[in-house]
Amino acid sequence: MRTRLEVNGEVHEHEHEPRLLLVHFIRDLCGLSGTNIGCDTTSCGACTVLLDGESVKSCTILAAQVDGQSVTTIEGLGTVDDMHPMQQAFHEHHGLQCGYCTPGVVLASISLLAENPDPTEREIREGLEGNLCRCTGYHNIVKAVLAAASVPGAGEIPA
Amino acid sequence: MIPVGFEYERAETAEHALELLAEHGDDAKLLAGGHSLLPLMKLRLAAPAVVIDIARIEGLSYIRVDGAWLAIGALTRHRDLEISPLVLEHAPLLARAASQVGDPQVRHRGTIGGSLVHGDPASDLAAVVIALGGELVIRGRREQRTLGVDEFFTGFLETAVGADELLTEIRVPCVGGTAWSFQKFNRRAQDWAIVGVAAVALNGGAGIGLVNMGATPLRATASERAVASGAGAVEAASLAADGAAPPSDVQASEEFRRHLAGVLTRRALQECGLE
Ligand SMILES: Cc1cc2nc3c(=O)[nH]c(=O)nc-3n(C[C@H](O)[C@H](O)[C@H](O)COP(=O)(O)OP(=O)(O)OC[C@H]3O[C@@H](n4cnc5c(N)ncnc54)[C@H](O)[C@@H]3O)c2cc1C
Ligand code: FES
Ligand code: FES
Repeated sequence: MRTRLEVNGEVHEHEHEPRLLLVHFIRDLCGLSGTNIGCDTTSCGACTVLLDGESVKSCTILAAQVDGQSVTTIEGLGTVDDMHPMQQAFHEHHGLQCGYCTPGVVLASISLLAENPDPTEREIREGLEGNLCRCTGYHNIVKAVLAAASVPGAGEIPA
Repeated sequence: MIPVGFEYERAETAEHALELLAEHGDDAKLLAGGHSLLPLMKLRLAAPAVVIDIARIEGLSYIRVDGAWLAIGALTRHRDLEISPLVLEHAPLLARAASQVGDPQVRHRGTIGGSLVHGDPASDLAAVVIALGGELVIRGRREQRTLGVDEFFTGFLETAVGADELLTEIRVPCVGGTAWSFQKFNRRAQDWAIVGVAAVALNGGAGIGLVNMGATPLRATASERAVASGAGAVEAASLAADGAAPPSDVQASEEFRRHLAGVLTRRALQECGLE
C-alpha cells in the first residue's frame, strides 16, 4: 500500500506493508531518526510526535491510519542556531541529561502548551505523565516548560 | 515488535464497515483508536487477517443532547469527552474519568467505543457507563438494537457486540447537578486502575460501577441495594466486593483488591453526600 504524509511541512509518500508503524515510517522511510523508540509498548513517550498538532505515540499507530495527515517531529522544530522556544527553554534550564527522552518530551510539552497555555507546575507534571525520563531529570523539565509558557510561540508548531 | 501481516481496509461509512465485516467474517477486526488492539497485535496476542479502519467514518464522532440523554458517537475520543462543555455539564463524571485514562497521548487517540467494545474490566469509562445506567446502540446489516449496559459485558474481553456488528452510540442520562465521584487507585501516574469506583447519586439511591474487580466491568449491586434501603456510606461500602471475583496479579492480590473496593466505594459514596 501507499501512504502520503506531510512530515515537517514536506510531503513524504512511500510504498509499504500495512503493518508498518508510524515510527518506522518516520525513521526508516523518511530517514528522520530524531524520533526515538524506548519501550515500544505505548508507555515511555520517547516516540511522541505531533499529529495535526496533537501529541501521539508513534509506536502505537499504523502509518496507514494517518494517511494524508500532517506530522511534526523534533527535526521540524528548530536548528542549533535557531531553536524553537521550547528547545531554547530546555537548553537554558538544562531540561535534559542523556537526551534520549528529549525529542518526545519537547513535542509533548508543545502539545501541552497548545492545550493549556498557562499551566501550573502540577498541570505540567500531570500533562507530561505519558513521558518517562530514565535519567529522572523531571525537575528541570518542569522548570523548562514553566519558563517556556511565558515565551510567545512555545506552544506552536513553526510555520 | 511488529504485528503479523494483515490486509488493511478503510471504511468510509458505517454501512461500508458492516459490508466489509460481512465479507471477511471472523478474520477481520475493526480498528478505531488502536490503543487496545495495536498493542495486542504487536505482542501477537491478536493476529487478524484483515484490519478494518473505522476511524474516518464521518458522523460517528459527536456529543449531543437528545432529550433526557447525552448521546455520544462511538468514535469520540477520550480527549473530546474530557473537554466537552456538554459532557462537563450533563455527565461530569464521564469527563473526569476520561481525563484519567492513560496519558494525553493515549487520550488523543483512544475512543469511548473502543474502550467499551474491548470489554476490558480495567476500563474506566465502562465503570462510568454502568454507574450512570447508560445504553449502547449497536448496528448490524439488518437491524439496529439498543441494549442497557447491564446486558452489554458478557465475559472477559467479550461484549454483546457481534463479530458482524458496530457499536455506533453510547447514551447516558443527563445528570448535571447530581453528586458524583470517581476514585481511581494506582501506583504510578498514567497507569490503569488497580481498582476504581465510579459513583453517582441517582433517584434517592446510587449507581456504582467497579473497575478491575472481575472478568468484566461490574456493578456493585449489593452496595447499591444497601444505599437504596437507607444504609450509610460505611455499611453500603462494606458490601462493595460482594459477588466480585477480582484477579490476583503483580499489582495486587485478590484480598487487597477487595479491601480497596470497600475503601474507594466508601470515599465515593461520602463524596456523593452519603453520611
Ligand atoms: C498506555 C495505555 C494506557 C491506558 N490506560 C488506560 C486507563 O487508564 N484506563 C482506561 O480505561 N483505558 C486505558 N487505556 C486503553 C484506552 O482507553 C483505549 O483507547 C481503549 O481501551 C480502546 O479504544 P480504541 O479506540 O483505541 O480501540 P481499538 O484498540 O481501536 O479497538 C479495541 C477493540 O474494540 C473494537 N472496536 C473499536 N471500536 C468499535 C466499534 N465502534 N464497534 C465495534 N467494535 C469496535 C476493536 O475491534 C477492538 O477489538 C490505555 C491504553 C494504553 C495504550
Ligand atoms: S516507544 Fe512508543 S511509547 Fe515508548
Ligand atoms: S534525559 Fe535521559 S532519559 Fe530523559
